[in-house]
Amino acid sequence: MHAPAKRSDIRKFARTKGEVYVWVTSMGLTIGLVMVIFLLGLILWNGIGVFWPKPVAQLTLLANSAALMGTETGLAGEIVKKRTRAGQAADAPPMEEYQLFTANRDAYGASFKYVDASEITAITYPRDLLAIERLEYGDAIGYPVAITTADGQSIVYASPDFRPTLDRLVRASADRRHEIERIERSEIGKINARMASLRVRERAISRSGQERPEEIARITAEIATLQTKYETLAAEARTLREQQTLDTLTLRLPSGQERTILFGDIVLTTFPNQLGFFEKTGLFLHNFWYFLSQNPREANTEGGIFPAIFGTFVMTLLMSVAVMPFGVIAAIYLREYAVQGFFVRAVRIAVNNLAGVPSIVFGVFGLGFFVYFVGGTLDSVFFKDTLPTPTFGTGGIFWAALTLALMTVPVVIVATEEALAAVPRGVREGSLACGASKWQTIQRIVLPASAPGILTGLILAMARGAGEVAPLMLVGVVKLAPSLPLDGTFPFFHLERKFMHLGFHIYDLGFQSPDSEAAKPMVFATTLLLIILVVILNFAAIIIRERLRKRYATGVF
Amino acid sequence: METAPDPASTSPAKPANAANPAAAHGRPDYIDIRDFSFFYGTNQAIHHVSLTIPERQVTAFIGPSGCGKSTLLRNLNRMNDLIDGVRHEGDIFVNDVSIYDPYVEVISLRKRIGMVFQKSNPFPKSIYENVVYPLRVAGQNDRKLLDETVERSLNGAALWDEVKDRLNDSALGLSGGQMQRLCIARAIANRPEILLMDEPCSALDPLATVKIESLIHELKKEFTIVIVTHNMQQATRCSDFTALFYLGKLVEYDTTEKIFKSPAQKQTEDYISGRFG
Repeated sequence: MHAPAKRSDIRKFARTKGEVYVWVTSMGLTIGLVMVIFLLGLILWNGIGVFWPKPVAQLTLLANSAALMGTETGLAGEIVKKRTRAGQAADAPPMEEYQLFTANRDAYGASFKYVDASEITAITYPRDLLAIERLEYGDAIGYPVAITTADGQSIVYASPDFRPTLDRLVRASADRRHEIERIERSEIGKINARMASLRVRERAISRSGQERPEEIARITAEIATLQTKYETLAAEARTLREQQTLDTLTLRLPSGQERTILFGDIVLTTFPNQLGFFEKTGLFLHNFWYFLSQNPREANTEGGIFPAIFGTFVMTLLMSVAVMPFGVIAAIYLREYAVQGFFVRAVRIAVNNLAGVPSIVFGVFGLGFFVYFVGGTLDSVFFKDTLPTPTFGTGGIFWAALTLALMTVPVVIVATEEALAAVPRGVREGSLACGASKWQTIQRIVLPASAPGILTGLILAMARGAGEVAPLMLVGVVKLAPSLPLDGTFPFFHLERKFMHLGFHIYDLGFQSPDSEAAKPMVFATTLLLIILVVILNFAAIIIRERLRKRYATGVF
Repeated sequence: METAPDPASTSPAKPANAANPAAAHGRPDYIDIRDFSFFYGTNQAIHHVSLTIPERQVTAFIGPSGCGKSTLLRNLNRMNDLIDGVRHEGDIFVNDVSIYDPYVEVISLRKRIGMVFQKSNPFPKSIYENVVYPLRVAGQNDRKLLDETVERSLNGAALWDEVKDRLNDSALGLSGGQMQRLCIARAIANRPEILLMDEPCSALDPLATVKIESLIHELKKEFTIVIVTHNMQQATRCSDFTALFYLGKLVEYDTTEKIFKSPAQKQTEDYISGRFG
């Protein structure tokens, strides 16, 4: 008796208030927002957490399990997580296990170990544990024993000189590493580029069949001078490399054995269990900056991702530069000049459907058309002398940008058409009545007024283009690019170079790396950076749009 | 394109039935509409209208909505060409040259005929750029000339004193009446011969309307003005000649005084006394 009355109350409420459907719409928004916030929060938490220094635990194990693990005393490492062990009988008591980042991959054969909670007798956080970031084999964790310097002197850990010497030697090796890199990358790189161009010239002369002995001689002489220069520099680098191997650090691993580490291999040393909050913050910032600014190492699983950030940035900008005029001109023709009829409608439907074509199809098209056809033709016309080595006839940042521009052009066309259609008829007529031609009207009145709408299209296109991976794999993205598309050697902007991309980097780290568990934090950090980069690019476009909107604000019409 | 007009299209003998009260009042006619019909697709909007409009006078087109007065006005500077599927019959002569003459370029025609629209339509630019727009599109970029034009046109539109200190502000920040006067300033900036006004006061308050009406009186000294209006008081106040249209046909055309005091047609009398329309 009570229930029906209640139901009719609800119905009456719904009918009279009519606001019930507002709840439905707000529910839709809420669900969307929750998902976005959850996803962003997950990426942010995991991505930021990578750089925060974590304490290193020393696990003391039961005697027999320690022997099984191949250690004498126990294990040490960052506790990654604790979980209930999988694959147990349903009635058995739940067994916990720890996942431990033990580092010392060279000694243990793996970076991670699972340890049953039942086998652990004690967990301590010893202050003496030293964590070392190395150039190779990932991190090392252990108890420092002594430093042996080049002159044979040995400084034991207990000595007060140990810490200053450690810091000094780490810094010295970093300086030498930079010097080696400078010599090999920039100086030897320049010599190599010059020699390559000289060889191409030599080959061109011999291919043309002309007899120009004096020029050949000149080239040979220059190559010879460059060769001597190269040898001096190479010898310099070799000496530095040798110096890198002279100082050593002896480390006792938590498992018992002693290891010697060359200072040349050490990137960073910390005593993770001695850090205070501010030191941790400092280290966090240092790690983050290192990640942003350095080149990747060890199959991309270590080091920074600067080339990928740079590649993504340059590629997206190039794409925007290519897609804007293309899309805007097409939209102007479709909306302003073409006679509206069956054909234009068909074109419009085709353009909209183009947005739904799988991106890999664009990649295949880009490879076939841009790389092989256009690039191949360019090579055969302008870069004949370097053939069969392709210059433009292989994937590169320019072709990748054009391919993505092609993929995102429907977005720009649709947005531009909408923006053009939104310009009031009265304003156009006003312009025409002033004696302006149609093109003058479009150029001086319609385009400025629709610029904010066009930029909205560009923002959407950039967001789509920057996050795209599949087509790039066919037209120029590589796992590791030897040089950036923009650098100090002439002509500075190298459109033909292959590049690294954050999206591809995520795929490569997460699914192609030998140790995907170790790469997982990097995947999150890289994802975070990709999102930040897209947000920054979009913000820039939004700021420009707001400026334009203020300037061309269409008030009352 | 300043080509010599094709002799075939210069004014032939005028048809005898053309409404021509101006000639009777000793005014030279300037715009000569001859047996003009206009079609939107198959729908005929103007039926065989013939009338002449005198120089430096205000001629008002009145009539109920949909009677074709705006369509006729918009044909004088060929704005209707922009609409798909229109065609016309008959001819319109401005200063004895047909506006449909193949030698007449529509852009140069519009440069000679300024137009003010029902809704003010300032461009999303500064006040200054709005006024000089007709000069800019004509390729005139001489700063001194542009400055002079801005002052002269804004003075002509009685707006100079109100905006002289903020010429570089957006035109969209002006009030409705100021915007409409800005549009008038823009329309007269390039010194056209004719000024077409399509219900210029319909969206304005009475005060702004008074300002624009007195402006029309001033502008008459320099321009031939054709104004379309719904407001009969306005027609009596500011026009010299009035043409009444009904259902696309010209009902009566005479001096404003005669139309409103002693109309020849019964229909005219009914309309101005408010019995239809």
